[in-house]
Amino acid sequence: MNIDGVNTGIVLDHIKAGKSMQIYELLGLDKINNCVAIIQNADSEKYGKKDIIKIDQIIDLDFDVLGYVDSNITVNIVKDGRLERKHHMELPQTLKNVVKCKNPRCITSVEQGIVHTFRLVDRENKVYRCAYCDAEHRVK
Amino acid sequence: MSEIRNLINITDLTVEEIDGLIATADDIAANHSAYENICAHKKLATLFFEPSTRTRLSFEAAMLELGGSVLGFSSANSSSAAKGESVSDTIRTVGCYVDIIAMRHPKEGAPIVGAQRTTVPIINAGDGGHFHPTQTLTDLLTIKRKKGRLNNMTVGLCGDLKFGRTVHSLIEAMLRYEGIKFVLISPQELAVPEYIKEKMNAAGAEWKEVETLEEAMPELDILYMTRVQKERFFNEEDYIRLKDSYILDLEKLRTAKEDLTIMHPLPRVNEISVEVDDDPRACYFFQALCGKHIRMALILFLLGIRKKA
Repeated sequence: MNIDGVNTGIVLDHIKAGKSMQIYELLGLDKINNCVAIIQNADSEKYGKKDIIKIDQIIDLDFDVLGYVDSNITVNIVKDGRLERKHHMELPQTLKNVVKCKNPRCITSVEQGIVHTFRLVDRENKVYRCAYCDAEHRVK
Repeated sequence: MSEIRNLINITDLTVEEIDGLIATADDIAANHSAYENICAHKKLATLFFEPSTRTRLSFEAAMLELGGSVLGFSSANSSSAAKGESVSDTIRTVGCYVDIIAMRHPKEGAPIVGAQRTTVPIINAGDGGHFHPTQTLTDLLTIKRKKGRLNNMTVGLCGDLKFGRTVHSLIEAMLRYEGIKFVLISPQELAVPEYIKEKMNAAGAEWKEVETLEEAMPELDILYMTRVQKERFFNEEDYIRLKDSYILDLEKLRTAKEDLTIMHPLPRVNEISVEVDDDPRACYFFQALCGKHIRMALILFLLGIRKKA
């Protein structure tokens, strides 16, 4: 299957196979007007299979979301058919409104309009803690 | 304008600032008249969404002794929280009326939300089973007055270490002093949460868990008893099963050091037998007195008010 390359826009590459729709939703790509292509189960030398998202526009991306969902993703910024920048993701130090705390004793379980915030406490084991109640959240 | 300071977690204060608060509390006890009218025209709100005797009344007594005024509520039912008002809206409103707020809430992290919504200092007077930093200041002052130091001692913490917010805050505070060893005495179901263990490990502290008071007793310099808190359990059966796990009596104290300091944040139910009250090592009512002095010092610190020369 062939999908044209991006002339000016963003290519999210090396997405773990099956995770592209989650990223599509978390980044709010359904709300932009330009063309977005999702490629699932593309062949990958590194991982066997991978997903790719191509966006026909340069937009502000939430790198924290990308780093949280899959820190292996690479973000390629393409301008006039040339690769302008390449970003490698990593687990962000802070997550804001990406995940919600599951502790029923946490204030975030009842208070409206709160910024759900988690802080990275153990990068090696991918452990975050809620900034309000210290409940643990492990990245799967 | 100087930055607004809050006290949400005990680590919001440096060790030097805690030393300063203890020194002020001692000065208040020694020179009471010098502080009598120092907070005139200042107002403290005590917003207690959860019941309290000592913490609320000691805050109110502290502000009144400093010459300030107090307003607030003592249960969620007597505030608009009963109508469903959020913490954010309550704090934002009360912040328009007062100079400083002390709040207690059953949900963990509620004071953080409060501090995001107002420009007056917020004091966490207890958030669920999470933290209780002003009790910790009280505990530190008590230990300092009884032992003359805050370092080089073995501290036993007994009872509900899972939901015991006073325990969590005290461990965090004492981790910053040299030579502190913790002995954690609880049933497995009520053991200290992982995040507190992570902090002890990160600080390189010496600690161990045991399941009986008897095996810990001989080595303790401080014994910090806590109540198994009915209000923290979703399941009453679990509460009933665990509530009588540890009861301190004179028999158990037989192997204790002569200069052991027995502490309890109060209220107690039956975890310390009343026969222990007359033992010279029992300090929990002295602790309650310390609570007023340290809260006076804290109010002055957060309001940026100094004693007149």
